This record gives sequence, structure tokens and C-alpha cells, in this order.
Amino acid sequence: MTEQDIKQTIFQLLKKIAPDTEPEKLKPDDDIRRTLEIDSFDALQFVVALDAHFGIETPEADYGKIATLRQLISYIMKQKK
Amino acid sequence: MIEFQMPSLGADMEAGTLAEWLVKPGDLVKRGDVIAVVDTQKGLIDIEVFDEGIIHELLIKEKEKVPVGTVMALIASDKEPVVKQEEKMPAKITEEKKPVEKLPVTEMRHGIKVSPLAKRIAVEKGIDLNLIKGTGEGDAITKEDVERAIVENIAPKEERKIDSTESIRMAVAAAMSKSNREIPHYYLETKVDMSKALVWLSEANKQRSVKQRLLPVVLLLKAVAKALTEVPELNGYWENGLQQKDDINIGFVVSLRSGGVMIPAIHHADKKSIDELMASLNDIIPRTRAMKLRSSELSESTITVTNLGEGNVETVYGVIYPPQVAIIGFGNIAEQPWAETGMLDVRPVLNITLSADHRATDGATGSRFLMTVKNYLEKPAEL
Repeated sequence: MTEQDIKQTIFQLLKKIAPDTEPEKLKPDDDIRRTLEIDSFDALQFVVALDAHFGIETPEADYGKIATLRQLISYIMKQKK
Repeated sequence: MIEFQMPSLGADMEAGTLAEWLVKPGDLVKRGDVIAVVDTQKGLIDIEVFDEGIIHELLIKEKEKVPVGTVMALIASDKEPVVKQEEKMPAKITEEKKPVEKLPVTEMRHGIKVSPLAKRIAVEKGIDLNLIKGTGEGDAITKEDVERAIVENIAPKEERKIDSTESIRMAVAAAMSKSNREIPHYYLETKVDMSKALVWLSEANKQRSVKQRLLPVVLLLKAVAKALTEVPELNGYWENGLQQKDDINIGFVVSLRSGGVMIPAIHHADKKSIDELMASLNDIIPRTRAMKLRSSELSESTITVTNLGEGNVETVYGVIYPPQVAIIGFGNIAEQPWAETGMLDVRPVLNITLSADHRATDGATGSRFLMTVKNYLEKPAEL
């Protein structure tokens, strides 16, 4: 899975949780939650969806490591290895 | 005979439009069954029945708008003899689900082929044939094509969204204006050191799969529910005096992404465990955002909790949702300087506010309540 694939999947999952937003417009270092106005409930749903989709397990302690698109992509790539 | 009335789904609701009957005369219904769908300012709401019996007669027709309290149907209780209804009521009542959206029937595009039956159904249901792709001979539109279009509901969804956003705005406006006009609010506030609660939560979450993970808000809901069992004066309605309620149904403010708020009830919050409360939220928040709530969830809250949560302001002073008598506000949990036993430290701090109806209670009661909530949050193991 390439970086581009992961990014596309992230966009799709975000779109499902916040249908009226435009995740494609996120810059690599934007804080995803703040930019798309995702509350803590939806953020948890997003992590659930990420874990299920990529077959990874994101402990609560790692939430801080996946705040931006850049961080999230590299986190997923590392976890999948 | 039991009268089934148009329910009030909030202080702001004056009338509702029956969108659909889900029962017909002769059907057996029991408490909690959804028997009708009503279109309100808050979207399409499933209406439950609170009695057991047999549907005797449906008094109002689909698409009819009637004031709150209007008798919509008569239900014969089990003890009453049941009158046979079949001859009286035409079978039409059992008709398949109608689409919610009506489409304007426009001129058909040139050369379009459509079977007479399909055309008749399309006209009846207000389906635009120009938007349907025919699958019959020579691309003719068949009855099946029209029925599929009805199911798929090829309505202008965007338009509907704007409508519901606007009507929710009006519903919130009406309720809040009434509140500000009629309820003399008093406001109290306290700060809670959330270190123990957050440690407890992160330990609890280590033992849970991501799907079962808990959010801090469930601890807050649990603390409120337990505190209400000790200070029940805040759980109820002001209706010619304070009417305390036995059930603790916490209305939880859910903000909609398109603007406005909805307040579904978490029933019997005091009897639910932390995990059950989280399950309730997992159920109710997505349904609220999809505007798929049941009547009991919109009409039975006995108190409201508004939780601004992570990344937001520290303090919220709520406006009471009438006829309730209190609303509790939770701000963002943020690190703040904290003085204790002569020492200064940095702690995760939560500001809790209470807005309460001064007709119903006094500051002393409110203060007792907030201190009880605070005590529980400082001893999370007791929750």
C-alpha cells in the first residue's frame, strides 16, 4: 500500500464521519480534528474505522501521534510493517 | 378506549404532520412499539405508543398536520371487546411506505417510453420520469423502474437538508426564547481536579478494545446521574410547581454539523453502568446526527447535560430547556495551576456549571448537587 493509497483511504474514512467536510483540502501539517471540526466522539469513531480498515491497533496513548495527516500516514505505514 | 395523541416532542413543538402510519386497525400493539412517523421541526420522528391493545381506528390521514394533543388513533385495551374492523377500513391503509419527498412532475423529455402503469404510479407518487432510466423493452420505463426510484428516493437531498437545518434553528430559537422569557436562572460553578478520573479512564481503556473505549464524558454523565439520586430536586419539570421525576433521563446535547442542536434522552442513566452509558452514546449520537430519533428520546428528558468537550472553551453557562429545571455544563478539561494543601501544582481541570430554575430550587440545593458531582469525579472508582 503506497502513501497515496493510505491518504485516499484516510480521506474516505473522514468523509464518512464528517460528510460535509473536504478532507482533500487538508495540508500535511494541519491538525485534522481542529481543521475539520471533529469532536471527541467522532474522533473515536475515526480511530475505530482506521484500526478496522488497516488492521492495526491504535492505543489511546498514541492519539497524540496521529494529529496531522503527515503524522497519521507515517504512523499507519510503521504499524503495517 | 385509549386515545393516542400527537405527542409534544419538546416545549417548542405546536403541531406535527403525520408522515406515515406503521399500523392498521386490528394490529396488536404493545408499549414501546413505533406506530407512526411524524414530521416535525426536528425531522422525521418515530412515534411510540405507551399502551397495550389493539388499534381500533386511525383518525387522521397521512400528510395531515395536527396540533399537539390531537387524538390520532383509538386503541382498544386488551380488556375491551375488539370490533372487527376489516370491512370498515379499506385495505389502502396497508399501502407500502410512501416516499417522504415529493418531486415535481415535469414535462417528460421527448421520446421517452413508459408503460401506462408505470406512468400512473409515477404521477401518483410524484416521481419525475425524466430522472429514471428504463430497463424495459426499448429502454421503456417499467413499473419496477418507478418502484425502484421510489425506494431510492431520488429526491433533491440538498434542499431537504437546508429545510431541516432551518427548522431546527427555529425550534432551538423557540425553546430558548421561552426559557429566557419564563425561567429565572441562577448560575453556579465549580472546578474539579480530573487527574484521578483521567488515570482511571486510561487504565480502563487499556483493557478495552478500541470499539469499547470510553470517553471522559461517560464519567461525567455517570457522576451527574448518581448525584441526582442524592439531590433529586433538580430532576424534573416546572409545571405549576416543581414536579420531581422518578426516572433520571439525561438529555444529552448533540450539536449537528449543519448547525443547531438536538437533545436526545439517555433513559434511566442512573441505572446504567459506565459501559452501558458509552453504548447509549454510541447508539444515540449517530442516530441524532442522522435525525433518526424516537419520540420517547425527544420528549422524556428530565434534565440536560451539555458537554463542550476537548479543544473547546473552559466554561459554558447553559440555558434551561423548558419545562426542565436545570442544565449542567461541562467545559474542556485543560491543565491549570492548582493550589492544594499549601502547594501549587498543575492539574487537568474541568469547569462544571449548573444553570437552574430559581422558581424550583435555590442556590443551596444547586451547590449541594455540584459538590456531589465533584466528589464523585474525584473518586472515580465509586462511580
